[in-house]
Amino acid sequence: MISQDISVVLPEIVLAVYAMAALMVGVYTSKDKLAGVILWATAAMFTIVGLWIAFAGPGTQTAFNGMFNDDAFARFAKVVILLSAAAVLVMGQDYMEKRDLLRFEYPILITLAVVGMMMMVSAGDLMALYVGLELQSLALYVVASLHRDSVRSTEAGLKYFVLGALSSGLLLYGASLTYGFAGTTQFAGIMSTMHGGHASLGLLFGMVFIASGLAFKVSAAPFHMWTPDVYEGSPTPVTAFFATAPKVAAMGLFARVLHDAFGGVTADWSQIIALLSVVSMFLGAIAAIGQKNIKRLMAYSSIAHMGFALMGLASGTVFGVQAMLVYIAIYVTMNIGTFAFILSLEKDGKAVTDISALNQYAKAEPLRALAMLVLLFSLAGVPPMLGFFGKFYVLQAAVNAGMSWLAVAGVIASVIGAFYYLRIVYFMYFGEENDDALDGGISPVLTAGLMASAVIMLVGIVNLFGVEPLAAAAAQALVN
Amino acid sequence: MVGLEHYLGVAAALFVIGIFGLFLNRKNVIILLMSIELMLLAVNINLVAFSSYSGDLVGQVFTLFVLTVAAAEAAIGLAILVCFFRNRGTIAVEDVNVMKG
Repeated sequence: MISQDISVVLPEIVLAVYAMAALMVGVYTSKDKLAGVILWATAAMFTIVGLWIAFAGPGTQTAFNGMFNDDAFARFAKVVILLSAAAVLVMGQDYMEKRDLLRFEYPILITLAVVGMMMMVSAGDLMALYVGLELQSLALYVVASLHRDSVRSTEAGLKYFVLGALSSGLLLYGASLTYGFAGTTQFAGIMSTMHGGHASLGLLFGMVFIASGLAFKVSAAPFHMWTPDVYEGSPTPVTAFFATAPKVAAMGLFARVLHDAFGGVTADWSQIIALLSVVSMFLGAIAAIGQKNIKRLMAYSSIAHMGFALMGLASGTVFGVQAMLVYIAIYVTMNIGTFAFILSLEKDGKAVTDISALNQYAKAEPLRALAMLVLLFSLAGVPPMLGFFGKFYVLQAAVNAGMSWLAVAGVIASVIGAFYYLRIVYFMYFGEENDDALDGGISPVLTAGLMASAVIMLVGIVNLFGVEPLAAAAAQALVN
Repeated sequence: MVGLEHYLGVAAALFVIGIFGLFLNRKNVIILLMSIELMLLAVNINLVAFSSYSGDLVGQVFTLFVLTVAAAEAAIGLAILVCFFRNRGTIAVEDVNVMKG
């Protein structure tokens, strides 16, 4: 019995043991001299475990009396999390080394956060949910303040910590109410207490608290206030990480709680999610217009994108979950390329995050500017880039579920949002003459990340690289 | 006779005090940490009250998990605070303002 349980959670155990072993190696040998090696080993580990999960057999398994689910949904989310974490880790190495930030703790903390994320998307019980979420959050608070001699980085860590702890508190209060009124912490047990689309008032309160706690984690407005500061203050590789894997995990957890535990009251929560979605899309689109710092801009951009992903969830259907998964996968791919570009921006060896530094960038670096142009068009949702198809999917899900007003609002927000993406394109191609140009050198890893992501945005429209049927199977496994 | 609702009332009151402590406090980051702790302890009272009322041990197991995680959270919060103090020389809430937002 126990050995069968352990075989289900083996990927997580392997990663956790690896993290502890790497910590020992780091502490007892040469400390930070090995950091580069540990970083590459961690990225390799993520890739191996990701492929292992991707090629594991189909079907659904549960472990520890339903606390941990291994189904198509969890596997889809885990593969996206692991591969994006590996890509971001490798891309950030050069940046970290140049600024003397590459400590051996960095890849280890990322590994622990990734284990937490894998727990989150597999959770089948409120306790597993909480422990997974905290494992991820506690590691992320530390990496946000990784640059410990910088006021901005420590301030980002402090803000993230205080607001993150508040959101955990809200989530936990909701979990305690849910436990009290359902009499169990298991998602399946909570689900079985709802009959005919009705839940007791206490359960609904619990659900609202859990939803607001999770909205903090996905940085959906009106719970987004930490995002711009944390994105701006953290070292750029850490920001790139924040914008990818944790978003996948938090959206996955959101979908799992709503469908597995509260699937009996879809009509009740879909209004809440629809509201979060509309507010996030508009806030992300409008507040980003005035930003001068590209990292802050990406923070608002991620708020808007989370609004679109929540639109898929708000429809409350199988197709909605599928649309959300496709959207998230595309979003992560776009962000990897965009952050590869941001990581490459430097002048005299110093990182540049000011948008106006991009004036006439296309003249100096035509190829990179073109790749960034593709990515920005894709982020804005301009056809025929892949980003358009992601938006098309979630809009279709909303319309199919009879929420046409939500789809209309999404289109309007996306048009407003296009302005600030295209403004960057304008600066790169038609900006004012700029005498102090950015440095030309760029590490091969960043070039690979940027170009691969841009090419995927163009080539992926043929068949989305087969992500669609996988997402459909994942959604089918979640919603039943 | 003290019933379930009394415990839930105390827990709700403590939770709300914790939230207000986070938002109204203008003085000191340490008070923020205390408020966070208060919120988590309110949740613990809730869990234990429900657990004893329904005769189900799971709530008390959950409480132990929450206690453990709260300890880790406080440790990390203090560590970040120490780093912040080294850079900024103050831990007043109104001085956490290098970035607007």
